[in-house]
Amino acid sequence: MRTLGLEVDGWDSHRAGQHLDVRLTAEDGYQAQRSYSIASAPADPLEITVERLDDGEVSPYLVDDVGDGDAFEVRGPIGGYFVWDGDEPEPVLLVAGGSGVVPLMAMARHRARVGATAPMRLLYSSRTWDDVIYRDELESLGIEVVHTLTRGQPPGWTGYTRRIDDDLLREVAFPASDGPRVYVCGSTRFVDAAADGLVRLGYYPRSIRTERFGATG
Amino acid sequence: MPIISRGFRGRRQDGPPDRVPPGQYLTDDFPVLSAGPTPHTPLEEWTFTIEGGSEPVRWTWEEFRSLPSEEATVDIHCVTKWSKLDTAWEGVSVDTLLDAVEHDKDYALAFCDGGYTTNLPLEDLTGGRAWVAYAYDGEPLEPEHGGPARLLVPHLYFWKSAKWVRGLQLLDEDEPGFWEQNGYHIRGDPWLEQRYWGD
Repeated sequence: MRTLGLEVDGWDSHRAGQHLDVRLTAEDGYQAQRSYSIASAPADPLEITVERLDDGEVSPYLVDDVGDGDAFEVRGPIGGYFVWDGDEPEPVLLVAGGSGVVPLMAMARHRARVGATAPMRLLYSSRTWDDVIYRDELESLGIEVVHTLTRGQPPGWTGYTRRIDDDLLREVAFPASDGPRVYVCGSTRFVDAAADGLVRLGYYPRSIRTERFGATG
Repeated sequence: MPIISRGFRGRRQDGPPDRVPPGQYLTDDFPVLSAGPTPHTPLEEWTFTIEGGSEPVRWTWEEFRSLPSEEATVDIHCVTKWSKLDTAWEGVSVDTLLDAVEHDKDYALAFCDGGYTTNLPLEDLTGGRAWVAYAYDGEPLEPEHGGPARLLVPHLYFWKSAKWVRGLQLLDEDEPGFWEQNGYHIRGDPWLEQRYWGD
């Protein structure tokens, strides 16, 4: 994982949850482009957090090779659905699998930055404690954070240790009757498990916004 | 003049240039993208409806499956940059469905379980270039890929190939659908790289 701060000429502020496109050009003109979620709050300097995919084409360059002052093309912000603007009163449930936390982090940071009062809860599934992105900062944002560590736990861990299932969702999620807004981001399998489970708990399907990352190296 | 990324070479596994549109890369996977939970409509409740003609025309699942169907092997292109070549589908041509409807419209809004919509000119839905597909790779279409039936319009970006499609609303004017209201291009031709507003 690597977080990159970007300075983009003419960048208009984004909305929390949006993404941008990065386009790289090789010396002979060959180009490759991919989308990355924006991690920063709209009011803060622009940042993306990139997970290095071993079989990826763009992410290894962004994580391993790009240095201070290097330039590449950026387009955005993009997307008008998987966004949270902070002015709605309903509770917000964020459900993250692995690096799916990135666009949700923008929402949590935005909430803290603007002093929004909507209750916000993050359910965050990681393989191990070391895989938790933004680990320390998450504790300082004034939201409830519930971790589940599915492959290994530090000594003395008392939290969840299993993949998200209906029982876990029932224990962590706001009651459906509170009318929460939900943002789920992760792999396809993760998103399906969380979204289907929330529907079974009585969540209104259209209150659940999902973003899945598939082949996007 | 694009900015050169020092040291970037890229993977260049790209296939035939006449089949991979600009800015796309090839994948063997079949990634899934959708804005919300996967709907699960039982076949006995499923219908396909064309509205906006002289009167609405509706097919039950059984009626729909008894229509003449076609096999289509096509390349598909997702706006998130992946393309997949030679995907094999079975479905009913939209021409066949529209033959049953009396109308003088030029546009359609496809509507779906889950509330998704996408807009298309009828020109893009006719002429043997669009299907309502119910099978992929010889198997019934899985819910995560849009089953029981999805629109298949392979010459446009794949968000136009609406999953869980339940019908077409025929219209006089082009009306932006779900992604088209949320930053994505009104038509979405991958060969013109019509990804977003302003392309």
